[in-house]
Parts: sequence; C-alpha cells; structure tokens
Amino acid sequence: MGSEEFVFLLIGLKWTVVLSAVGFVCGCIAGLGVALARTSEIPLLERVVAGYIAVFQGTPLLMQLFVVYYGLALIGFKLDAWVAVAIGLTLHASAYLGEIWRGSIEAVPRGQSEAARALSLKYVSRMRDVILPQALRISLPATIGFLVQLIKGTSLASIVGFTELTRAGNIISNQIFEPLTVFGIVGALYFLMCCPLTIFGARLEGKFAAASR
Amino acid sequence: MNYTLDFTPVIDGLPSLLLGCLGTLLLAICGMLLAIVIGIGGVALRDSRYKPLRWLVISFVELIRNTPFLVQIFFLYFALPLAGIRLDPTPTAIIALGINGGAYAIEIIRGGVQSISRGQMEAGLALGLHKAQVFRLIILKPALRAIYPSLTSQFVLLTLSTSIASAISAYELTSVSQRIESESFRSFEVYFTVTVFYLVISWLMMRLFAFFSARYFTYPVK
Repeated sequence: MGSEEFVFLLIGLKWTVVLSAVGFVCGCIAGLGVALARTSEIPLLERVVAGYIAVFQGTPLLMQLFVVYYGLALIGFKLDAWVAVAIGLTLHASAYLGEIWRGSIEAVPRGQSEAARALSLKYVSRMRDVILPQALRISLPATIGFLVQLIKGTSLASIVGFTELTRAGNIISNQIFEPLTVFGIVGALYFLMCCPLTIFGARLEGKFAAASR
Repeated sequence: MNYTLDFTPVIDGLPSLLLGCLGTLLLAICGMLLAIVIGIGGVALRDSRYKPLRWLVISFVELIRNTPFLVQIFFLYFALPLAGIRLDPTPTAIIALGINGGAYAIEIIRGGVQSISRGQMEAGLALGLHKAQVFRLIILKPALRAIYPSLTSQFVLLTLSTSIASAISAYELTSVSQRIESESFRSFEVYFTVTVFYLVISWLMMRLFAFFSARYFTYPVK
C-alpha cells in the first residue's frame, strides 16, 4: 500500500471524525431535551418520549440511517449524503443519551431537588444549577462509552454510500487487492480513536466508584 | 411533495421478508451461543495463572470493543479464506457475531463471577449442602442473576447488529430487504417496514428475557 492510498484513508478518517463530532454534539443538545422531557413529570410527554427512545433502542442503526436517508429525500429535502447521515446519527444519539441522562438525573438524591424547591428555585435554575451538574458527573462514564459506540456506528454510513473511513478502506482494498492490510489499518485507526476514550471512561468510573465508597 | 407511498412491493415480498426474519433469528441465536462459549472460555483464561494468556484475553476484548463490527466482519470475510477456511457468508457472519458478542460477554460474565465471594461457598458447605448443591444454588444461580440484565441487553444489541451482516450478503432480513429495494426502488417503504419488523423482533426478545427473569431469577416472596 502506497502513501497515496494511505492519504485517501486519512481523508476518510477526517469524515469519520466530522460525522462523530456532529452526531455527538447535536445528539447531546437533542438528548438533553429528551432527558428533560423524560423526567418532566408530565405523563403524556413522558410516554411519547419513552416511545421515541424505545424505537431507537429497538431497531438497528443501519435501518435508522436508511429510513432517515430515504425519508428526507421523500419529503423533498435534497441533502448531501453526509448531512442525512449526520441527522440519522443525531436522532440515534439523542435517544441513547437521553436515556443515559434520564438515569443520572434520577440518580441525583431526591433531597437535592427538594432542597432546591424549598429555596424556591424555579425549574430552570433548579435543573441548571443544582440537578444537572451532579447528573452530568454521574453520567460521564456512560456518556463516554456511548461516544465510542457512536464513533464505531459512523462506519455504517459506508453502507448508505458515504465515503468515510470504512468505505475508503473498501475502495482501496478493491483497488490494490490487499484487504487484510487495508482493513487492518482501518481497524487500527478506529482503535486509536476509541481506545483512549475507553480508558478515560474506565478511569473516571473507577474514580467515582472510589469516591462514593 | 408529489410522491405517493406504494407498499405493493413490500406486500408482494412479504413471504421472503418473513423468511429473512428467520434468517436474522438464526444468525442471532447461533451468534449468542457462540458468544456464551467464547465468554465462558475467555473468563477462564482471563483469570489464568499465566500472564501471557491473561494479556491475550485482555487485548482481544479491547481490540474487539474498540473497532466497528463492520470492519471486523470485513476482516474476517477476507481473512478466513486466506487461512484456508472457505465458508459461505452466513457462517462467516455467525463467527463474526460470536467473536464480537464474546468479547462483551467476557467482561459481563467476569463481573458476575467476581460478585460471588468465597465466604458464601464456604458457608454453604458448612451448612451441610452437597458440593453440587453449593455450585447450583450458591454460585451459579446468583452469578446468573447478577449478569442476566446486562447479558440479555447485550444479546438484543447483538440481534440488532445482525443487520450489518448484510454487508457481506449473509442471509438475513436486511439483505432480503435490500434485494426487494433494488428491484422496486421503493426504498422508504421497504426500509420503514423492515424497521418495524426489527422493532417487533427486539420487543419480543425483551419480553421473552423478562419472562425467564421473572420465572427463574426472582427470589421467592412469601
């Protein structure tokens, strides 16, 4: 494999990073909305959001990408493939992150929100200043775990036809007929992205577990 | 927007889609069984006295958990023939699913084994229980109970990831739907319906797992 091929893989890697970053950031924003709706104590809203989460957790990411990709085209949005994939990943991430953060919001001791109420803090201040900072801390290991999941999930964009790292690997491997070398390198690049995050997440988890002992 | 939804190709293709569901279930069940075998074997090696073996298992787990399943399945698809093993895409997919699920199973099962303390076993023996009884009632059942929720949700994830096996055209629901889509160009209709199928499959699995959990893993309440 020559340097030209490697550069092609690196361009694919760039798109993988872009997809992961956009999916994660937008997914975080939407996921916060999902988590707040899920803990809003408005029964109808909670049920609708619970259904949203169940749908995204009960279907393959690949199908979600297909449905979003073709669904958006169908209702008249002419979008680039990467935008459609980013929207699909955002929806996927919002459901998973929403569920993770619901759990951590509920894990904040009840006394905290009672105390905030007793101090007559309104909903926004109660959430922003009291509950969410604590919930964020609790949720950090799981959130990082999901980020790794999302980075790996961007590889499915290749099946939809977008040239990110995995599809770049496919193209190169069809050109030079060295699939093992190419996919070995592709795998190594994913590993280099994900492994530091995994280690960081595990370390945080250990730290929090020690602190709560 | 002047597009009318047309589900006729989906309805015509219903028999092959249902067969595809069976293919998905076959992949999932075989993958789970292989994952359990790899999981138990891996845990035994993971706590072995030989350092190289332990490191081998740790690297295997981290390697699998930090790379996409799609890349793993491609790698295996090309690596097996080079190693002299010629398999159809479907068995290849099962092996890939088993290896992937196995890595996660090792971590989960290990947590279960560690949750049983030695003192419990000794207490069981001291109460005059037979060795087999101690193993069944005091070690196996609580360990299974401890790992059951995470193991089963991992299995649901494994079932959903069978859709990725369509990349090497293994026989399952997604590849069947891709064939129908390429013949009819009704992409949205086909994929929407198949998404509903997956939702039903994973929902049924969760119900089934919950049923077993209630049947076998709840403490008797008086």
